[in-house]
Amino acid sequence: MLKRRNITIPFYMDPWFWVKLMVFVIFALFLVWPFSSIIINAFKSSKVDGFTMANFEKFFRKKYYYGALKNSVGISVVPSLFAIVLGVPMAYLMTRYNVWGKKIWHVLAILSLMSPPFLGAYAWIMLFGRAGSVTTYLKGLGITIPTIYGFGGISTVLTLKLYPYIYMYTSGAMESIDSSLEECAENLGSGKLRRFLTVTMPVVTPSITAGALVVFMSALADFGTPMLLGGQDFRTLPVLIYNEYLSEIGGNGNLASAISIIIVIITLVMLLVQKTYVNRRNYIMSALRPPKEIEVHGFKRFLVTLPVFLISFISFLPQIVVCASSFQHTNYSSFTGGFTFENYQNLGSRLWSSMSNTFTYSLTAMVFIVVIGILMSYVIVRKKGKTGGLLDMLLMAPYVIPGSVLGLCYIVTFNVKPLVLTGTAAIIIISYVIRKLPYTVRSASAFLMQMDPSVEEASINLGVTPMKTFWKVTARLMLPGVFSGAILSWVTCINELSCSIMLSSGKNNTLTIEAYTNIVRNSVGSGAALSAILTVTSALILIICLKISKGKIRV
Amino acid sequence: MSNAVIIKDAVKKYGDFIALKGVSLDIKEGEFFTLLGPSGCGKTTLLRMIAGFNSIEGGEFYFGDRLINAVPAHKRDIGMVFQNYAIFPHLTVEENVAYGLKARKVPKAQIEPRVKEALELVQIAHLAKRKPNELSGGQQQRVALARAFVIEPSVLLMDEPLSNLDAKLRVQMRTVIKKLQRKLGITTIYVTHDQEEALAISDRIAVMKDGVIMQCGTPTEIYAKPQNPFVAGFIGVSNFLDCTMEQDGLVDIKGELKVKVPVKSTYTGPARLSARPEQLFFAEAGMPGEVQFSTFLGDFIEYEVKLDDGQNLIVNEYTKDTTEVHEAGEKVFLNFDPQRISVYEAESEEVITC
Repeated sequence: MLKRRNITIPFYMDPWFWVKLMVFVIFALFLVWPFSSIIINAFKSSKVDGFTMANFEKFFRKKYYYGALKNSVGISVVPSLFAIVLGVPMAYLMTRYNVWGKKIWHVLAILSLMSPPFLGAYAWIMLFGRAGSVTTYLKGLGITIPTIYGFGGISTVLTLKLYPYIYMYTSGAMESIDSSLEECAENLGSGKLRRFLTVTMPVVTPSITAGALVVFMSALADFGTPMLLGGQDFRTLPVLIYNEYLSEIGGNGNLASAISIIIVIITLVMLLVQKTYVNRRNYIMSALRPPKEIEVHGFKRFLVTLPVFLISFISFLPQIVVCASSFQHTNYSSFTGGFTFENYQNLGSRLWSSMSNTFTYSLTAMVFIVVIGILMSYVIVRKKGKTGGLLDMLLMAPYVIPGSVLGLCYIVTFNVKPLVLTGTAAIIIISYVIRKLPYTVRSASAFLMQMDPSVEEASINLGVTPMKTFWKVTARLMLPGVFSGAILSWVTCINELSCSIMLSSGKNNTLTIEAYTNIVRNSVGSGAALSAILTVTSALILIICLKISKGKIRV
Repeated sequence: MSNAVIIKDAVKKYGDFIALKGVSLDIKEGEFFTLLGPSGCGKTTLLRMIAGFNSIEGGEFYFGDRLINAVPAHKRDIGMVFQNYAIFPHLTVEENVAYGLKARKVPKAQIEPRVKEALELVQIAHLAKRKPNELSGGQQQRVALARAFVIEPSVLLMDEPLSNLDAKLRVQMRTVIKKLQRKLGITTIYVTHDQEEALAISDRIAVMKDGVIMQCGTPTEIYAKPQNPFVAGFIGVSNFLDCTMEQDGLVDIKGELKVKVPVKSTYTGPARLSARPEQLFFAEAGMPGEVQFSTFLGDFIEYEVKLDDGQNLIVNEYTKDTTEVHEAGEKVFLNFDPQRISVYEAESEEVITC
C-alpha cells in the first residue's frame, strides 16, 4: 500500500471538495439549521419549561386547527385526482393526434402553471364572486350560482392551475414508449381501448403518479388561493401558519412550528407512498421509435382538438380576465366598466419600488442559482457516491417544505443572534435560492446525464486541467439545460408569494406581494393592474424561453 | 527521453473485485501495441490507468524512465482517441484539433499550419470549418485522430476507435491508422475485442482474460503458437482434441493416431491438442470420421467432420490444392502436420509443444 500514497492527492487540493463543502454549508445554514429550529420550537411552549407535546395536543383538540388539516388534505387530494382526469387525456390527444394549434395549447398550459399563485382565485372572484360580473349578470336574470368560496372553489382553481404537471409528465412518458410495444399488442389482437388500458396506461402510470405527487405537494403548500377563496370559515394549514405567525408576533411561533411539522409529515408520507409504488413498477424505456402522430381530418380533427382547447383555454382564462379588468374604471372596491389607464397611473411609486425589488431580488438569486446549480448537478451526476446522493436528497427538501413553512423557519432562526437577517433583502434572496434551485439542478442534471463523459476526458487528456475543463467544456455544453431550468427558477421566483410575504418587511415588497396585498385590501384596480403586469412579465419571459429552447421545458 | 511504456505489476480494484491482477508490459518506442480480449478482461481499465483516468491500486507505470503514477492526467502528454470520438460538439473541426495546442501554449503562428497539416494527413482539410454534427462517423473519427496526434504526444492511446463504424469503413480506417502510426512513429497502445483487427494492425498483441495477460507476442506468434487453449480459441478457430502425452514427444490420440511433436517439457499424461482448420487435411490413414457437411466458400471449402467417437471437427481445404469436393456421408481419415499444432497439459493448460 506504500505505492498507493504517491497517487492520492490531498483532499484540500481537489477543487470538488470545496464545491461540495460550499454546497453543504449553504444547505446546512439555510435549510437544515432553520428546519431543526422549527422542530425544537414545536416541542416548546411559553407556558412550560423543557419539551412538551402541548402544541400538538392543542392542534388535535381544537376543531379550528384539526379542521384545517382535513381541509388541507381535501384540497390537495381532490385537485390531484381531477388533474389526472384533465391531464392524462390531454397528454394522450396531444402526443397521438395532429391536434390543431398544438403549440399554442402547450404554451397555454405552461403559462397557467407558471402564473402568480393567487391569480386564478382572483379571476374567479372577479367573475363568480359575491360581486363578480357573471354573478351580477345572472342575478339580474334571477339565477343564483353555487358559491365559489370554500372547498369547491379552491379545488377547482387548483385543478385548473396544476393539471399541466400531469399533462407534461404523462406526455413525456407517452413520447418515450417504443411504438413497437403498442404495435405488438395490436398484433396480438388487442383493440384500441384494450391496448390503451393494458399496455399504454401501465407504462405511463409511474409518471402519472409522479405528476400527481407534485400536484398534491403544490396544492398542499398553496397559500394564495385558500387565502382569497377560503374566507373566514375555510382555513388550510399554510393559512393557519400565516395567521398564527401574525398573531404570535413577538412570541416564538411554537404552535405555527407544530403545524409546520404536521404539514411536512403529510408531504413526506405522500412522497414515500409514491416512491414505493413506483419502485415496484419502474419501466425504464428509451424509445427507439417514438409513437407516430395519427393524422385525422375534418370533423375528427375538430373532435380531438376540442377537449384540449377547452382545458387549456379555461385554465388560461384567469390571465385574460385579470388583464382585461385592469383597464376598467373602478370605484375603489369594484369595477365599473369602461376603458382607462388610471389603474396603472394610480400605482405611482409603489409600482417602481416593487418592480425594482422583484427584479433585483430575483436576478441576484439567479446568479447564485445558476452557479450553484451547475456545480451541484455536476457533483450529483458525475461524482456519484455518498455526497452526490445526499445532495440529491437535500434537493427534494424544497419540494417537501412549503414556502410558508420555510418562511417561518427563517423568521424563527434569523431574528436572533448569531445571524440576524429578518427584514433584509438578503433573506428573501436566500429563500429564493433554496426554494427554486431544484428547477435548475434537475434540468441541468438531466442534460448532463445524456452528455458523454469522454468529452471531458478528451479535454483533460489534451492538457487542460480538470477544473478548467469543467468551465471550458462541461459548463459550456450544459448551458442549454441550465438555461431552461434557470428560466423556470426565475419565473417562479418572480411569482413567489407564500415565503416572501412572511419575510418581507413592507419596504421589501415584491410585485407579487404588492399585488396580493392590494387584492386582499380590496383595492381592486391596483390589484388587477399589478397582477396584469406580473402575468405579462412572466408570460413574456416564458415565451422567449420557449422560442429559444424550441419548446423543450421540463417542469 | 525514450517513449517506451513500461508497466510493472499493475493492479486495479473496484471494491472487492480485482479487475487487473498484476499486469506487466514492456512496450517499445514506436511500437503499435494492442490489448486484445473479450469484454470485461480489463483492457480498457488498463488503458485508462495509463491515461490517468483510473486510479492505480498497485504497480508502477513508466514512460521511458519517468514514473508517472502520480502525474495527473492533464500532464501526462498522451494523445487519446475515444471509442465514441468525444469530439467537442461546440467547436469546429479546426478548433477541435487546435484545442490541445492552445492548452500547451503553442504560439498562434504555429497553431494554424500544424492544424492544417494534421487535417491533411487524415484527409479532411476541406472540412476544417464544419461543426461536428455536420460530419459522418468516419469523418468524426478522423477529427479525433488528428486532435490526438497533432500535439505530438509521447504515447497515443486508442480505445476501440473503430467499433462504432460500419464493417467497410472499419477496414478502411484500420489502414489509415496503421499508415499514420508508421509515418509518425508514435508509440501506440490500441484496445480492441476484434481479433481480426488486432492481427491486421499490430506489431505486438497482448491477449487478456480476467485481468491477466494470457499471451504477449507478434500476430504470427500468437496465431501459430498459442500458449494456452484460451488464446488458441480466441484468436481464429481451433479444433480441440483430447489426447495422451507419452514420453519423447509422442502424442496418442484416442489410440487411433500416434504422432511425434517437438516438446519443451517432459510432461506425460492427459493433454489437449489444438489444430487450426487449415492444418487438418484428408489422408490415407489417421483419425477416422464421416463428412457431415461441406460449405463452398470460394477460395476454400469448409468441412464439418464427425469423428467416430462423436466429436465434430472443422477442416478447411483450399480450392487451389484440390479438385474434388468430399460429399456428406463420405468416410474419411484426418491427419495433420505435427510441427504446426499445439499440445497443452489437460489440468494446468500449460503448453507442452514448442
